[in-house]
Amino acid sequence: MIPQSFQYESPGSLSEAIAMLQQYGEDAKILSGGHSLIPMMKLRFATPEYLIDINGIPGLSFIKEENGILRIGALTREADLEHSDFLKKKFPIFSDATKLIADPQVRNMGTIGGNIAHGDAANDHPAVMLALNATIVATGPDGEREIPIDEFFFGFYMTALQHGEILTEIRIPVPPSGTGNAYYKMERKVGDYATAGVAVQITLDDNGVVTAAGIGLTNVNPVPLRAARSEQALIGKPLSEASINEAAQYASEDCNPSSDLRGSEEYKRSIVGTLVKRMIHQAVNRANN
Amino acid sequence: MLKQITVTVNGVQHTLEVEPRLLLVHMIREVLNLTGTHIGCDTSSCGACTILLDGKSIKSCTVLAVQANGKSITTIEGVAQNGELSPLQEGFKENHGLHCGFCTPGMILRATELLANNPNPTEEEIRWGIAGNLCRCTGYNNIVKAIQYAGAKMRGDELPSTEPEFV
Ligand SMILES: Cc1cc2nc3c(=O)[nH]c(=O)nc-3n(C[C@H](O)[C@H](O)[C@H](O)COP(=O)(O)OP(=O)(O)OC[C@H]3O[C@@H](n4cnc5c(N)ncnc54)[C@H](O)[C@@H]3O)c2cc1C
Ligand code: FES
Ligand code: FES
Repeated sequence: MIPQSFQYESPGSLSEAIAMLQQYGEDAKILSGGHSLIPMMKLRFATPEYLIDINGIPGLSFIKEENGILRIGALTREADLEHSDFLKKKFPIFSDATKLIADPQVRNMGTIGGNIAHGDAANDHPAVMLALNATIVATGPDGEREIPIDEFFFGFYMTALQHGEILTEIRIPVPPSGTGNAYYKMERKVGDYATAGVAVQITLDDNGVVTAAGIGLTNVNPVPLRAARSEQALIGKPLSEASINEAAQYASEDCNPSSDLRGSEEYKRSIVGTLVKRMIHQAVNRANN
Repeated sequence: MLKQITVTVNGVQHTLEVEPRLLLVHMIREVLNLTGTHIGCDTSSCGACTILLDGKSIKSCTVLAVQANGKSITTIEGVAQNGELSPLQEGFKENHGLHCGFCTPGMILRATELLANNPNPTEEEIRWGIAGNLCRCTGYNNIVKAIQYAGAKMRGDELPSTEPEFV
């Protein structure tokens, strides 16, 4: 399968790329890792007339902590997230999630920015971003703007990114000690999208009271879903089997999975409930270590 | 509109005029006539088209030739040095790591990066490491042994037995 013809541009700076996006308008698409876009172009689901390859722009690939904020550049590859020793310490959730994204070759190309910008509820990073309360940085003709993750996903393949804007960075508050996070997705086989996936981050104080909780769900709703009632069921009290069961129950009730080849709606709701429990336990184990 | 690109393939530099929509795998097979890189699924699932791009294994059916501009590519034709099989090629030969051979070039290039990053992988790490490469013939056991053999050879360790495994 060969994509439809297009004009290819590889700008060497962010401002040049933004100018091109403005010039070419709706007919232009950004190319990052290309592992969602090129398959769609081969199937002619996407037929951009201009492809703006941002891989030649320096300074878009990094993982660093600054003033209590974890900053990840949009062009950072899945493989870099998977193997980062820095992330393994405070954010093992990234190696949990990336290990389950496709396979090593795809992870050598796919970027975190592309994964989020694609706006697909089947992708794994969106749920992780919800659990970690990320902020998305979009850079456009008027400079940078920060978009809270809860205002980022709009609908099927739709995000808050405006035309002419490039997702350049992800910012995540570094949580206090006593915090743990974890991700798991059920998949039928390696490389498959999630039947259902659950991301959890939990903070406990010295008395074992939950002071913060973030729970994101993958592929069980038209848009990536925050399990808000589940979070509330945990916050402000010591963790107990009762509150964990309540959180699991709410998540399985509040998601909207559709029956498909990966399973029936009922099956997916039950997977969500089970994974919420397991990921809470996993996150708390990590918080205690 | 044609685009001029320069790529170094198996150590030889080529300057080519390509259509932006030309896939890297087609550049390799049809423009450079290096047909050891195979196309299986054409949908980034099977790994038959795996090559090294600046040392990283990637699926060349899902990359555009223009994206390789200025980069260096290794295909299966570039793996043997001075007529000598690489440790991985030798491992596949000695351990019956292939039957029909369709998946083998992709397996060997993927395993090349795996061993470069992790010279002494466990069996589990090898199996996760080749998770993006499908083989319809061998059942994978002898592929795992072939990679273990190559790892041992590269480390200078004693070579494991090459008795084929019948299961
Ligand atoms: C076989 C296979 C299996 C996969 N399995 C999984 C999986 O299990 N889980 C998962 O999460 N993903 C999976 N993926 C998707 C993969 O992770 C993609 O790489 C990812 O979704 C998109 O990232 P990319 O960098 O390749 O983006 P691209 O394909 O380059 O772009 C995707 C979209 O986002 C836009 N875009 C890209 N970057 C930016 C930016 N910086 N700013 C604004 N817009 C941008 C593009 O214009 C395009 O519309 C799989 C892919 C393949 C081929
Ligand atoms: S042909 Fe490229 S992955 Fe199958
Ligand atoms: S040897 Fe035939 S597909 Fe692997």
